[in-house]
Amino acid sequence: MAHTAEAHGDNYLNHEKGLWSWMTTVDHKRIGLMYLASVCFFFFLGGIFALIIRLNLMHSGHPVVDANTYNKLMTYHGAIMVFLVIIPAIPASIGNFVLPMMLGAKDVAFPKLNLASYYIYLAGATFACLALFLGGADTGWTFYTPYSIRTGGGVILVIFGAFVAGFSSILTGLNFIVTIQKLRAPGLTWNRLPLLLWALYATSIIQVLATPVLAITLVLLIFEHVFKVGIFDPALGGDPVLFQHFFWFYSHPAVYIMILPAMGVISEIIPVFSRKPIFGYRAIALASFGIALVAFIVWGHHLFVSGQSELANFVFSLLTMFVAIPTGVKVFSWVGTMYKGSIRFNAPMLYALGFIELFTIGGLTGVFLATLAIDVHLTDTYFVIAHFHYVMVGGTIMGFVGGMHYWFPKVTGKLYNETVAMWAFISIIIGFNLTFFPQFIAGTEGMPRRYWSQLPEFDLWNTLSTVGSWFLLLGFLMVAWNMIKSAKSGPAAGDNPWRALTLEWQSKSPPPHDNFGPTTPTVTHWPYEYKGANV
Amino acid sequence: MSHASVPAGKYNADNPAPHHFGHHFESAEHEFSSAKQGMWLFMVTEVLMIGAIFVGYLLFRLRFPEAFHEAHKELNVKLGALNTVILIISSATMVLGVTAAQRGNNRRSIGMLITTIFLGGCFCLVKYFEYTHKFHEGIFPGGLYHFEGLTVPHAPLFFSFYFVMTGIHAFHVVVGMCLITWIITRIKRGQISKEFFTPVELVGFYWHFVDLVWIFLFPLLYLLG
Ligand SMILES: [Cu+2]
Repeated sequence: MAHTAEAHGDNYLNHEKGLWSWMTTVDHKRIGLMYLASVCFFFFLGGIFALIIRLNLMHSGHPVVDANTYNKLMTYHGAIMVFLVIIPAIPASIGNFVLPMMLGAKDVAFPKLNLASYYIYLAGATFACLALFLGGADTGWTFYTPYSIRTGGGVILVIFGAFVAGFSSILTGLNFIVTIQKLRAPGLTWNRLPLLLWALYATSIIQVLATPVLAITLVLLIFEHVFKVGIFDPALGGDPVLFQHFFWFYSHPAVYIMILPAMGVISEIIPVFSRKPIFGYRAIALASFGIALVAFIVWGHHLFVSGQSELANFVFSLLTMFVAIPTGVKVFSWVGTMYKGSIRFNAPMLYALGFIELFTIGGLTGVFLATLAIDVHLTDTYFVIAHFHYVMVGGTIMGFVGGMHYWFPKVTGKLYNETVAMWAFISIIIGFNLTFFPQFIAGTEGMPRRYWSQLPEFDLWNTLSTVGSWFLLLGFLMVAWNMIKSAKSGPAAGDNPWRALTLEWQSKSPPPHDNFGPTTPTVTHWPYEYKGANV
Repeated sequence: MSHASVPAGKYNADNPAPHHFGHHFESAEHEFSSAKQGMWLFMVTEVLMIGAIFVGYLLFRLRFPEAFHEAHKELNVKLGALNTVILIISSATMVLGVTAAQRGNNRRSIGMLITTIFLGGCFCLVKYFEYTHKFHEGIFPGGLYHFEGLTVPHAPLFFSFYFVMTGIHAFHVVVGMCLITWIITRIKRGQISKEFFTPVELVGFYWHFVDLVWIFLFPLLYLLG
């Protein structure tokens, strides 16, 4: 039956109208957009804290905030960016939108649970932000004991917020696993599954298996405050190092919750913009699981200087280096895909190239830190800060922003402005390297992390870094402006502007409420059969 | 009450509504198997969550064996055993309730589920007496402990684990009782039938899991010398 409304452009955006219809929606596409808006808001907030931190460190002896405020800013920057931005960024926003469509499904397996995850996320965020009015928290995002037991203020609320947000992450992961298992379109065999979905599957496994350990650890930490249980408190016979073990049992795998989805996004972008089949499809898919597996047995590299046994140090150091193998497999496969391809430098591809550059630096410096003797020297210096910003911002955020550009035409039905996007990328890539590369050098020279004031001998590196942070701000503002303006008044995109082969591009732009209309898509081929520039 | 007295369009336990599965599933069976898979995954998260405290308990037990040995004598084995029996029986009534719902015998299902809630209540009552007795003696977790009768160093840590582990378990029992109440109201509203009993079966899963955790907690805390 030809539905008249559909002929006149009925889509998920105008299917129902009004704020209430958004707040109560169970449509995965709308929930994805609500996550996107929230994640961007918190990215902006956490970014402002970072800018103040950088401003404070620009010239030694010229602080712009007092030491206590600095500690709170640094804690909030970390906690917000980790728990409210990078962990949900790709899975909950882009993943929510794209995953069911790539599967040819009408929705995720549990749509109501999906909406519940969003509100749980918001609740967690609210608790954490309420703490700001109760004196905030000054423990750093890692909440190490015994300091986190002794310090007052809003630390309990921040911990509770992280605990609540964790459940959102668990439920999203659970939902995605069942969706991928159960809702694949006819013909969508495992060997034809897009690489983003392999990556999200591996991510979801980590979310489901690792997050509960963080949850219980945070509960115990709250009990330390409320009931004085003493399990992590040396004064009562407890063990603060046990807290570190529990914390990193989650928080190291969490690094892969952050990076695997970005790798998935890159694996989609590169073949499309190289017009070549992805090189090493199976290797990339398996590497996601390889990384997820190794993720669970390397946490001890965060405890090299915490009095862990020599043997444990040795084993964790060795195991950590194994991470480089599946990661290297992916990087070489991407480069192999681009080799002799007909590369088009649209914004998504620029971000994919940025990802490869920055992530490779971040990953390799991770191997430095896994090396015991070097780590003892570099622990708690800016080298570590630079390393994980290269992985998390240079990796995850590059993948996130690249994915935002890549799926922008599908989500909005409009094209973004390519010129603005290119200049934004240039500003971001220059700003990023200017901000964080000097930190590697300052770190090797011994500049400690988390300090409110630094010595004058690091002034050059700190000034460069602070100037870089302004370029980052400029770049991200340009991205935001481009996205908002193009969504309102960009030219119509057509259903498949990139000529991509994954299922979501076979739908309309923007897609109808039930994704594909009355017909269920059937898959007959592998999604990467690109054959050169014109095909 | 006979079926004839039910007005058309009003559903209840004797006259359940036909079930419409979600538009993104192919069949009711597809929906059911997906829901079951989701529930299993949720159980896995519970195992990991509780597993972490078990690991903590075992570590401290190995570190302070004498303190843990002396402290565990303060627990009341008889009450613990009574609670074990109560929970095992409640698991049996739960099975009967789920099977009755699967066969469309909603009246019987409600009866069995109410019995399960009652047994869960008994468990909590026994736990309440155990806790208040301990508090009365001055046995509190960690830093709040002031019991004169047992002054071995690190004994308070044993009670930290005791209260945290049994407390989190009791919290799960209470959540389970709420969930059973929820499915009883759904049965009464006619939302559960031979064709659709997913919520009953999943809450059943949950209840068995909570019982199983106690089966590990009881020997670990009360018996292991
Ligand atoms: Cu790590």
